[in-house]
Amino acid sequence: MRRFLLSLGLVLGLCATGARADLDPAALKGLASDDFDAKQAAITGLAATGDADAERVLKALADDALAVAGGRVVITAGGQVLDAASGAAIKPAPANPESIGLNNALRQQVDGALAALRLFSADRAERLAAAKLLLADMGDGAALLPILDKAVKAEADGEIKTILAQLHAQARLTSPDAAVRLAAVQTLGESASPAVKALLLPLIEKQGDAYLETDDKVRYAAQTAIKSIEGRLAWSETAGQIFTGVSLGSILLLAALGLAITYGVMGVINMAHGELLMIGAYSAYAMQTLFRASFPDFVDYYLVAAVPVAFFVAALVGMAMERTVIRHLYGRPLETLLATWGLSLVLIQAARLLFGAQNVEVANPVWMSGGVQIAENLSLPWNRLVIVAFSGFVLLLVWLMMNKTRLGMFVRAVTQNRPMAGCVGVPTARIDTLAFGIGSGIAGLGGVALSQIANVGPDMGTGYIVDSFMVVVLGGVGQLAGAVWAALGLGVVSKFLEGWAGAVIAKILVLVFIIIFIQKRPQGLFALKGRFVEN
Amino acid sequence: MRTPASIKLVAGLGPKGWLAVAITALVAWVLVPLAHLMLPESHPLHVSTFAITLIGKILCYAVVAVAMDLIWGYGGILSLGHGLFFALGGYSFGMYLMRQIGREGSYQSDLPDFMVFLDWKELPWYWTGSDHFLWAIFLAVAVPGVIAWIFGYFAFRSRIKGVYFSIITQALTYAAMLFFFRNETGFGGNNGFTDFKRILGYSITAPETRLVLFGLSVALLLGTLILGRVLIASKFGKVLTAIRDAESRVMFIGYNPLHYKLFIWTVSAMLCGLAGALYVPQVGIINPSEMSVANSIEIAIWVAVGGRGTLIGPVFGAAIVNLSKSWFTTSFPEYWLFFLGLLFILVTLYLPQGVVGLWAKLTRREAKAAAAQAKAETPAAPAARNSESNAAELPAGAAKGASA
Amino acid sequence: MQNRRSFIKAAVLSASIAAIGAMSSTAYAADTIKVGILHSLSGTMAISETALKETALMTIDEINAKGGVLGKKLEPVVVDPASDWPKFAEKARQLLSQDKVAVTFGCWTSVSRKSVLPVYKELNGLLFYPVQYEGEELEKNVFYTGAAPNQQAIPAVEYLMSKEGGSAKRFVLLGTDYVYPRTTNKILRAFLKSKGVAEADIMEEYTPFGHSDYQTIIAKIKKFAAEGKKTAVISTINGDSNVPFYKELGNAGLKAKDVPVVAFSVGEEELRGVDAKPLVGHLAAWNYFMSVKNPENDKFIKMYRDWAKKAKLPKADTVVTNDPMEATYVGIHMWAQAVEKAKSTDTDKVIAAMAGQTFNAPSGFTLKMDETNHHLHKPVFIGEIKADGQFNTVWKTKGPIRAQPWSPFIPGNESKQKL
Repeated sequence: MRRFLLSLGLVLGLCATGARADLDPAALKGLASDDFDAKQAAITGLAATGDADAERVLKALADDALAVAGGRVVITAGGQVLDAASGAAIKPAPANPESIGLNNALRQQVDGALAALRLFSADRAERLAAAKLLLADMGDGAALLPILDKAVKAEADGEIKTILAQLHAQARLTSPDAAVRLAAVQTLGESASPAVKALLLPLIEKQGDAYLETDDKVRYAAQTAIKSIEGRLAWSETAGQIFTGVSLGSILLLAALGLAITYGVMGVINMAHGELLMIGAYSAYAMQTLFRASFPDFVDYYLVAAVPVAFFVAALVGMAMERTVIRHLYGRPLETLLATWGLSLVLIQAARLLFGAQNVEVANPVWMSGGVQIAENLSLPWNRLVIVAFSGFVLLLVWLMMNKTRLGMFVRAVTQNRPMAGCVGVPTARIDTLAFGIGSGIAGLGGVALSQIANVGPDMGTGYIVDSFMVVVLGGVGQLAGAVWAALGLGVVSKFLEGWAGAVIAKILVLVFIIIFIQKRPQGLFALKGRFVEN
Repeated sequence: MRTPASIKLVAGLGPKGWLAVAITALVAWVLVPLAHLMLPESHPLHVSTFAITLIGKILCYAVVAVAMDLIWGYGGILSLGHGLFFALGGYSFGMYLMRQIGREGSYQSDLPDFMVFLDWKELPWYWTGSDHFLWAIFLAVAVPGVIAWIFGYFAFRSRIKGVYFSIITQALTYAAMLFFFRNETGFGGNNGFTDFKRILGYSITAPETRLVLFGLSVALLLGTLILGRVLIASKFGKVLTAIRDAESRVMFIGYNPLHYKLFIWTVSAMLCGLAGALYVPQVGIINPSEMSVANSIEIAIWVAVGGRGTLIGPVFGAAIVNLSKSWFTTSFPEYWLFFLGLLFILVTLYLPQGVVGLWAKLTRREAKAAAAQAKAETPAAPAARNSESNAAELPAGAAKGASA
Repeated sequence: MQNRRSFIKAAVLSASIAAIGAMSSTAYAADTIKVGILHSLSGTMAISETALKETALMTIDEINAKGGVLGKKLEPVVVDPASDWPKFAEKARQLLSQDKVAVTFGCWTSVSRKSVLPVYKELNGLLFYPVQYEGEELEKNVFYTGAAPNQQAIPAVEYLMSKEGGSAKRFVLLGTDYVYPRTTNKILRAFLKSKGVAEADIMEEYTPFGHSDYQTIIAKIKKFAAEGKKTAVISTINGDSNVPFYKELGNAGLKAKDVPVVAFSVGEEELRGVDAKPLVGHLAAWNYFMSVKNPENDKFIKMYRDWAKKAKLPKADTVVTNDPMEATYVGIHMWAQAVEKAKSTDTDKVIAAMAGQTFNAPSGFTLKMDETNHHLHKPVFIGEIKADGQFNTVWKTKGPIRAQPWSPFIPGNESKQKL
């Protein structure tokens, strides 16, 4: 890497005038070599020419569009095959161009070379992207110093200039002049990037008895700089941890919300609840397949369509379950438990026969991929953010339904006192079916969310069943607020425990905690107030 | 008036019962060994090693099923964590079997192979005494017993019951499974214990050893059934079923349900532990998947299929489910889950008293058809049914009450 | 069983014994050789193992089409141990003592292999095990056609440390908490130390089975990677947890060229159920890739595609081949060759004849069964994942390398390289 940058820097400095000449086909041959060193040298040489043709070839290489056909290196673009050296189309197009592959190390080299070339692009966005890429990938980049010197001078845009200034400082960290190093360290001390910290660390390292950095002043400055960077990193680390907890909590909530409703209304633990999540996830898969086949232009919005579909499919399955099985076991909760477990086995096997035992592929839409950078060391993934928002949305929906609709009122009435509700004319049997359908539908919504972060396969539901029970039991039966607090609490607590003790122990501790907690408060965090007589 | 225990025992089972016990014992302890050792393999009545290990395994499952029935069928407590106690018994005895390997493991060390691998230099404290047979047997009973007692004491004291109780037993076994999966826990992680060589110096693969283990499994099952019979017929059993049917009322009369539930819960766990201890040498492996939630739920279905609230039912249930599992997984692997799932659903929906209940119903129908049809059906059917059924089979309202 | 109802009434046990006896007395046809196939077709492992069953059936079909072995047709006996470890032992005993199979091809997880081992030793059976595993085992009755750690894990790490692989200096050893990852990581740790990697530059982390929330671990890796020096992740994460892991990795902005992840349990079959975009550029090390170009492989892939259509497998048009499938294919062929050589299916004679058998494998190399250690000499390929779920081979060994089931990086193993 360093060697390449060195040669790149030298040559770029020399031939910025960019004498236009066709690329040497023999030099390009090196790109198609099987030998790593030859390939690397070929890329270095290409980057060194620094002209538009080289950029075109490098870009093709980065895009996997470079190939070998008929003994020469070509660029495949759409249906055309272009000669890499001249850029002219070859007619007739040679058969079977064999693509030139890159591995990670070469790809990084190509990207770096492209970025360095683009620092002088006329397009601001391109320059900005190049600078950002170098910031992420460059390392100390001492060899890039001459280019950076020039780039900093030439750059007029404030935002790019700031980045370039930092790059410039990074590149000067290894300068032989202690004063230059000191200035660089002081500039870098303003940063909040873990990468910069990593660059400063060697300055305070010892080799044997002697410090690597001989100048005391630079060393102390580095120490201070590292401290202040660490200070800046600390808060975002904690924030990140809380976010992971909230995110896990929102997933638990989505998984458990439906269960909270069905359990609350009917006192039925639905062991097939996990399979309703699975049905929701498969609905998302089905919508994705449908969109890919029928509406390829809108494929990124398949999730929007999946939400109602998953709700209704899961709700229908849930209502069918209630009508055919659960209804007949009314008042026998333990048998219901077993029967629903049987239902879950049947559903799993049905999914296996329908969709195959393999997991199926559900892609994040583009707008849910990647993340938003909050701080240098904290980026919040879009899919998690969307799921947190989505769970808030579902919660709001459920709350509105339970508190603002007639159906919700009936459901609450049945939850609180079934016989009395029946006496005043609530059709309890119908409410049971509807409530079960709604609970199942919400599980289906949870499944859509899960499809964005986890596997979609026949067995996926079983992994969530214990967790969702824990949320419901901890929160208290039939309590939305309880479920919310329990889910978020469990999420945050288990994430902090995981950071401290590892994932396995954290999971065990959380389960043990719940078991002990239930002994103390058998009715959960939020119990319905009222006078109950059992039996 | 106190009757001596021995008389109680004899009377509790009745002549028919004792005859069945005697026949079973004769078959298991005399005929099977003879058929296995004496008859040549080609003989149609030859009992193969495969059959002996398979039946031995099912016998152990049957003990677990009966133990489960004691708490669920008679106590109204559905545990979804009984696999834990079974596995704990298995692990306790497995420790002894691991030590019996001696220096014949891959690493020729006194320590079990997995410990050598973890760079452990000596046995952890909880392995102390694991080379003593009797200590292992003691542990196999005591560890599940103590854990069940502690868990049960707090759970029952807080009056946790019904579905809540089932769910937290599920959490308990799930947590234990994760714990045992860890390698540092010191029980071989995911691989568990395997490749046993001998028990008490006898080779574990010798036909004689297998037959002894088989005989012991039969003995344990018979013992469990007799114990169950005695417990259920006693005053204790009556109070227990009363608690199952109406806990509050029993409390108001002046009994403390805690002691009754706790006792039967602990006994049940200890029986599971013993069954686990016999299971491990017969199947040759114990690993944490025995504690998986699905396994524990399957135990409940054995009981449900056989018939809750009857002692012999769970034995049938365990045998039917496991034999059909063996058969399905050979003939129709894709349909095993459908079958098991539908079994769960259909049995709970249509056979609340399991196959034993079905059997009783069928024989009763025959009897009814034979008798004059003069007698009109009374509304108090359950009571009538109860008086008809003999004491060994169907106690009052078993199915209805068990679910309350 | 119907006519025995009266018997049941008398005594439970004798009835079940009789039932088993009746069940197991299968007709024994002398003009075929029975071959057992012991793979889970239901339960959690069905995802991976079903494909191996199909491969085995296909290979047997292929051999039969060419006239069978010793002039007899092979007769597959398929049983389903249902991902249940004790059931593996039960089914193995059934295959050996009831069905009298000459050989068994089967098992995937280490625990299933450990479960059946005593049975194969007791009844002197023959088992071919086709999956990469942690080593530390060598049994007379087993042939291991998958990779030992030095045929997969160690070359992968060497690659990462090379200039080509990005000269990694810091390593995260990440796995599911069970024996294969633990053992592999133990070997790798010793290996890294021997290469001068400091203790502080190695991070080891485990997750429970089925773990699906990798946020904390990714954050840890990010932090670890940010402390300077090139970092690589060596993942022994098991099956199902891979998708959440890679999704989180992609979304957290850790790119393959910054922090490459090399996995030992992610193959073509696993990638079929995954949106491969977030995985592009990450690595896997295997002894075979479907994307390897050579006539043997073309033949193998075509044969399997045709088989999938014939057997009406779900999504038959998109079936893929992978490393354990190749290992199964090689194993069955080698066994057939050994039987021809030994002129008998007798276990001991076949074991003797297996030594030194060679086979032109789809990987493009001629594989040899080692004379002493029951493992294959295998080539190692390192591939980068492409968006279509296939691998782009970025490095491979010059030729097949010999297995070291007893890793030399574990003290006390030096003298244990053969049976």
